Amino acid sequence: MTTRSPVLELRGITKTFGTFTAVHGIDLTIAEGEFFTIVGPSGSGKTTMLRMLAGLESPSAGDILLRGQRVNDLPANKRPTCMVFQSLALFPHRTVGQNIEFPLKIRDVPAAERKARALQLMAQLRLPESYYGKNVTKCSGGERQRVALARALAYNPDILFFDEPLSAIDYKLRKTLEKELKDIHRETGKTFVYITHSLEEAMVMSDRIGVMRLGHMVQVGTPNEIYTAPNSKFVSEFIGDVNIMPVRLNGGRLVSDELGAEFLPPAVPTGFSNGHLVVRPESLRVLDRRDEAENVLTGTLYNEYALGSRIQYQVRVGERVFIAERLRQQALTGRLDTEVLVGWNARDSILVSD
Amino acid sequence: MADLGRQRARQGPLNAVPVAIFLLIGFAAPLLGVIIFSFMPERTFSLWQAPGLGNYATIFTGTSYLSLLWSLGLAAVTVCLLAVICYPIAYGLARVFGRWSTLLTLLFTIPLFVSENVRLYGWILFFIKNGVMLGTLKSLFGIEMESWLFTEGMIVLGMVYVYLPFMLFPMTLGVSMVPQETRDAAFDLGASKWQVFREVDLPLAMPGIMIGFLLSFVLAVGALVEAKVLGGQRVIPIVHDIELAFTYAQNWPLGSAMAVLLMVVVATFVLLVLRRFDLDTILGRR
Repeated sequence: MTTRSPVLELRGITKTFGTFTAVHGIDLTIAEGEFFTIVGPSGSGKTTMLRMLAGLESPSAGDILLRGQRVNDLPANKRPTCMVFQSLALFPHRTVGQNIEFPLKIRDVPAAERKARALQLMAQLRLPESYYGKNVTKCSGGERQRVALARALAYNPDILFFDEPLSAIDYKLRKTLEKELKDIHRETGKTFVYITHSLEEAMVMSDRIGVMRLGHMVQVGTPNEIYTAPNSKFVSEFIGDVNIMPVRLNGGRLVSDELGAEFLPPAVPTGFSNGHLVVRPESLRVLDRRDEAENVLTGTLYNEYALGSRIQYQVRVGERVFIAERLRQQALTGRLDTEVLVGWNARDSILVSD
Repeated sequence: MADLGRQRARQGPLNAVPVAIFLLIGFAAPLLGVIIFSFMPERTFSLWQAPGLGNYATIFTGTSYLSLLWSLGLAAVTVCLLAVICYPIAYGLARVFGRWSTLLTLLFTIPLFVSENVRLYGWILFFIKNGVMLGTLKSLFGIEMESWLFTEGMIVLGMVYVYLPFMLFPMTLGVSMVPQETRDAAFDLGASKWQVFREVDLPLAMPGIMIGFLLSFVLAVGALVEAKVLGGQRVIPIVHDIELAFTYAQNWPLGSAMAVLLMVVVATFVLLVLRRFDLDTILGRR
């Protein structure tokens, strides 16, 4: 990873709309061939960011460098980049073939060559050849997805941008397409910059993830880093279910004033005095005995949710709700509304400061 | 459920009877009357004579066919000018002016509340010798010019002015139906601004543009007062001939024949256009 040269560099990219600042001075380097995903809730500025990278918006301040060249003022149609839009933005008045051939037609590629390229891309994306003359509006959601990707690939860009193209697709198909997209990324070796509000989606596909919040890039790291070492309460909460409680450091131990309990801390960041302790549901177990974990709490089992291979338990400790897990084989039975022990080992928890 | 469906299906035609009767008496019967009249001998007021094609022959042996050509020609020129004038305005209303669009739409609509004749006489005051335009030019700059009134150009100006909303509003609707992301996508895929316009804007806005074309063309073919007031009867449109035949000349069969011919010509044109530009296909519904 470190040996790869940077293809895209952002230096203090800022975008303001009137008095509203959508993107605040972001610095970021994306490497050649990388699958980089920007995640953030809606309104975090990720779409604005992507539109600036694609050349559809110009930054209010800062520079965008493409292979070392400043491209701030280069319009989208002159950039060697291409975007797959959230709505896919296919041309409804054209066939599948015409859609895919569009960027080639713009470049005056001869018709026979265009068709050959389109059919090749269709084969690569597992679109049946018979679809060539099919009206694109008659294709299913997944097929349209593939047409949009084929059209973008036909442009032969150095970098492909994706603006949440899978958000409107049902879960099962989305899972398939996520994997297909990652395969296409491997096959083409192109740089992919993807945005989504789903960290789960980002986890599956990305080499690196950047988490955005209110126009700031709050953390950049590999999926593993983001998952195991979130640098803020926001990032930790953004990744699915999480148990989180305010704590303060007192003589080498963590004190939860709310629960009246003390815990053994994980590695404590320097300068930490108070913040939040994060324990993922898979690290918080419903215990049979108190000595099974380093930190133990006593609560009431309020509800249970079967997740297939695992079962989640909602355990209430005082006013606070914890989500703990067990493997299906070790499911608790008939314990609703009774007292249970939940616990975790210090190294499975994370301390974040805000 | 099935019973209910069948019952509903049976009730359908029954429920349509009042409207059907109304349309039959109010729309189909007079139309049929006109069509029959067009085949009656000259200057009769009876529908029960032996039919013939004499009235149609009269149109082409006399000068009426010239009127028809003038009407069609003026309408065609008007519609083409309207398309060129209205597209930028429609684009602005749909994409650029934002919250000012409502106000502008209102400004374009308000003249419709004033009688067409009054508005056209307004143009006369503007263009007449020593009027608003020529008078101002004369007193301020000492420039003296011939009035442009009573020319074919003036008729076209009047028609463009009167039928502008009928082109503008469908066109605005059409332009606003083009999704911004689709335009962005074309631009991002390397298309120039002009190519985006040709490949995306124009075809996707086509339903609205087509409706505007047909609406303004059909209305413009029936234009009468523009030629009378601004054209000073220099040009006689077919509608004028029809009016004369029914009133002054008391020749209902001839008037009917001209009306039927106009209807056939316009209907053929509309059907041809609709066949060429199937609105449903353009909209991607079929």
